[in-house]
Amino acid sequence: MSVESLDIAPRARRPLAARTDVIAMMLGLATLTVCVTLLAQMGLVSVSFVKLLGKTLCLCLAALALDLVWGFTGILSLGHFAFFGIGGYAIGMWLMWDRTEAIVAASLAQSTLPPTPFEIREAIGTQIFGVVGTSEIPWLWAYAGSLPLQLAFAVLVPGLIAGIFGWLAFRSRVAGVYLSILTQAGTLALSLWLFQNDSGLRGNNGLSGLQNIPGLTDVPQSVISIWFLWASAIALALSYLGASWTVSGRFGSVLRGIRDNEARVRFLGYEVEHYKLAVFTGTAMLCGLAGALYYPQAGIVNPAEIAPIASIYLVVWVAIGGRGRLYGAVIGAAVVSLASSWFTGGGAPDIELGFYTIKWTDWWLVLLGLSFVLVTLYAPKGLGGLVDIYTHKRARRREDLGPDQGSLRGEEEQP
Amino acid sequence: MRRLSLALTFLLSLLCGPGFAQSGPVQTALQAHAEQIADPSRRTIQPVLDDLAASGAAGMPRFLEAWADKRALRRDSDGLFFLGERDGDSYPLLSVEDGSAVGTALRDDITELKPNAGVRRLIATALVQFQLNDPDPDRRLAALDALTRNPTPDLLAPLRASIENEENRTIRARKEALDRLITIRFGTDPARRIEAIEWMAARISLEARAALNNVLTTDTIVGPAPDGANVARVLTPGEDIPEADALALLAEAGLEVATVSRAARDAALVDAIDGGRIAGRPIATLDTEAARWDAYDALAEAGTVPPRPAETAIAELLAATPILAVYDEPDPAVTAAAETALAEIEARVARAEAADLALDALSLASIYFLAAIGLAITFGVMGVINMAHGEFIMIGAYTGYVVQSIVPDYTLSLVVALPLAFVVAGAAGVALERLVIRHLAHRPLETLLATFGISIMLQQIFKNIFGTQAVPLTSPDWLAGAWVLNDVVGISYIRIAIFVLAAIFLAVLVYILRRTRLGLEVRAVTQNPGMAASLGVDPDKVGMATFALGSGIAGVAGVAIGLFAQVTSEMGSAYIVQSFMTVVVGGVGSVFGTLAGAGMIGGLQKGIEWLNPSNTLAAQTYMILFIILFIQVRPRGIVPQKGRFAA
Repeated sequence: MSVESLDIAPRARRPLAARTDVIAMMLGLATLTVCVTLLAQMGLVSVSFVKLLGKTLCLCLAALALDLVWGFTGILSLGHFAFFGIGGYAIGMWLMWDRTEAIVAASLAQSTLPPTPFEIREAIGTQIFGVVGTSEIPWLWAYAGSLPLQLAFAVLVPGLIAGIFGWLAFRSRVAGVYLSILTQAGTLALSLWLFQNDSGLRGNNGLSGLQNIPGLTDVPQSVISIWFLWASAIALALSYLGASWTVSGRFGSVLRGIRDNEARVRFLGYEVEHYKLAVFTGTAMLCGLAGALYYPQAGIVNPAEIAPIASIYLVVWVAIGGRGRLYGAVIGAAVVSLASSWFTGGGAPDIELGFYTIKWTDWWLVLLGLSFVLVTLYAPKGLGGLVDIYTHKRARRREDLGPDQGSLRGEEEQP
Repeated sequence: MRRLSLALTFLLSLLCGPGFAQSGPVQTALQAHAEQIADPSRRTIQPVLDDLAASGAAGMPRFLEAWADKRALRRDSDGLFFLGERDGDSYPLLSVEDGSAVGTALRDDITELKPNAGVRRLIATALVQFQLNDPDPDRRLAALDALTRNPTPDLLAPLRASIENEENRTIRARKEALDRLITIRFGTDPARRIEAIEWMAARISLEARAALNNVLTTDTIVGPAPDGANVARVLTPGEDIPEADALALLAEAGLEVATVSRAARDAALVDAIDGGRIAGRPIATLDTEAARWDAYDALAEAGTVPPRPAETAIAELLAATPILAVYDEPDPAVTAAAETALAEIEARVARAEAADLALDALSLASIYFLAAIGLAITFGVMGVINMAHGEFIMIGAYTGYVVQSIVPDYTLSLVVALPLAFVVAGAAGVALERLVIRHLAHRPLETLLATFGISIMLQQIFKNIFGTQAVPLTSPDWLAGAWVLNDVVGISYIRIAIFVLAAIFLAVLVYILRRTRLGLEVRAVTQNPGMAASLGVDPDKVGMATFALGSGIAGVAGVAIGLFAQVTSEMGSAYIVQSFMTVVVGGVGSVFGTLAGAGMIGGLQKGIEWLNPSNTLAAQTYMILFIILFIQVRPRGIVPQKGRFAA
């Protein structure tokens, strides 16, 4: 062991602009958005395809957040998609309220007397909550008319929930599978609560009509979809830059240390709980942001979106893409969710076996589950591992390391 | 003239031949009212029926029954009554005295007696008093049932009379209860009614509660109370009665306050538009409620619209006029007794409901125990989370379904399905352990993920095979009913069976773990796998055996759950989170910990449902939140694990 390798001074952070994956990601996103915009201008791609791409970018953003908390810190959260849904609900409340207000105001303007604020509220209440058999406006909707506040809630509410949950869980040293199960239970609790009619969020009807942006009624959906594609791409790019910067510094080293051996990091004097809480809360807020961008493109948000299985799919994407590397999460989410829409949307041709026809709408989930198992068993690096083959990175031990099998010692880390 | 000829025929028939043999107490009584019986009317028949009943003739009930059934006949030639039904062109005649055959008559000579529905009802009531004393207990019970359904004051006397001679103790008890019910409702003697009410206080049945509530019905009136009114209480508007209802009542009583609704106000304002202005105000300024009321008040001052009352006026009127709930029952002593009795019954009902709730919680706990115990064993021994555990439950349920579609007898198919489900699910468990979990030893998060993949696959494969619709898993008839203790406490046999099944599995598991070689090895591996291996225990084999056992139990639990819940490919995912909660709360790797966890979660869920019965979804939400908090207090569960993992 050389003396140099014991050097504890932090190495200089490599500039982001010098990192291949960052450059590739930025170029890729730029190319995608520009190409799609041009193609859409020429009318070669449909509005629904543009929306699909925009939604996929939001899912990539959520996957990026999960990768930070799971791939880098080792906290397997089975509830991050719930934060995504909360972000969607928060923005959906404003979208629904403002649009309903415009409709109500237009219809009340027909009457002889100018409408009073009381009448408008009453009419909005009947419009929005008629489906759950009430016209009273729940307290949750107190600020639904304000876009800045609801945007803030889309990020702050997930942050607050994650903060309280994380503080309770990390403080009492709940870790590993226990924590996973608890996050799943919390997600289940949230979705069950949302399913009730008196939760104040329209029960299993959810919020709908979110694709109609208030104030932009004259702008066609083809243009709005492009705007959202750009917004999603920019959000993903900025988050990618931020995440790369975070994990490449000391903070990132501590996170990886926690993942690989939490006790050692604690004995080194780091407040492990604070790091975990920061990552858990921060990624929850990132998920909220992703949801706030996703649901105006999807048009509807309902409690089924928040059900535990959604968070599990998020985990599947990151696992297949390759956890512990940021581009892995993005690639995994993009590839698997696009493949999923292709297979379940009837895009994939059926396979005739003579005695049985494999319909992909029925068998896609089997294929997904199987590939997930195989990836977990034999390719813990996921699709990201293919990059290693391409760059001819040699395995530095006889057995290749997965992200959960400990970090390399100093001498091995030397190139 | 016809009457005379009838009388003549009657005399003749008395004198000559077979007709003479027809004479008897029943026929005599009938002949006394022959015309009304032949052509009865609902209004006039009651005295006749009373008379017939009073005759005390032995054959009278038979005749009344036949009459009500439209099986009574009258021979035109002599006016005598018979029983019988038409047979071709003739009528075989039966005696009204004893039902014996007394010859036949031609169709032309017979008039069938066909009383209308109203008369038939009166006949049935008259019959009840006979039936109450019928020698056949079943008929007495039937009469009591009829009386319970449709109690009438007239039958009180015959009912009381029949109690004296009743020998069957059950029926006597019912008669006594019924006597009191009718006394409470229709009795005239207050002392007797109060006595009956006090007797009711010791009961719990729905009928008792209904009878007492019947006494306590109230009417809402506007005060002051009229003389002799039995006032239950004064209602406070806004608390006991919505203010709008109170105002409506006052309006009915002529104490109207001319409130102006918002709609009426707006209509008046629109009517008053004059050149783009209302009462001198531009229309555009009327965009708040206050401005509109202001404009309305201005109109009122000008005298074009009625003024609206001051808000204080309404409050004053409501305060000045008491609104009373008045008992329909005039006697305060009776209502007071009924209130006391009802309170007593309700206290007892509450206790019974608590017992019922405890039974419910127990059965839910045994379901959770069955679903979770397999998981607890594998988690405890191997330290791995098996997310496909719920799918083993599903496999068990579908095994039961397949067996049932092959073996048609429900009891036999259940006997076959239980062990088969154990074997099939156990085999699936072993396959999972060999193919996946063994390769992921000491990587618990990866195991969790891989088994998730398996779970997704299995669900979809079963969906592809069996369809998305729920398939039936029918329980045998002997499991269909419920064990009913009283009107409040009851539990279905199927839940008892599940409880028994859970108890059996608890006993078997405790025996295996404490008394067998396998149990010893399992406990050793649980506590310290390395040490156990160095002492010659093969952790690999033990792991496989526990996985087979745990998965097998899940399969059996699947059959049990499928008997009362729906069998779908997603049924496993409904139990997996609950099962994990049970294991985590109870303490990993302990049978009794799982039992405690299941008891706590089952009890908690039922308890929360009881506090908020309208909403079972909310109950689950609160329960999960509670568990998250509970983990804060006892992170290692109720029964913490000892040994290596317990650090």
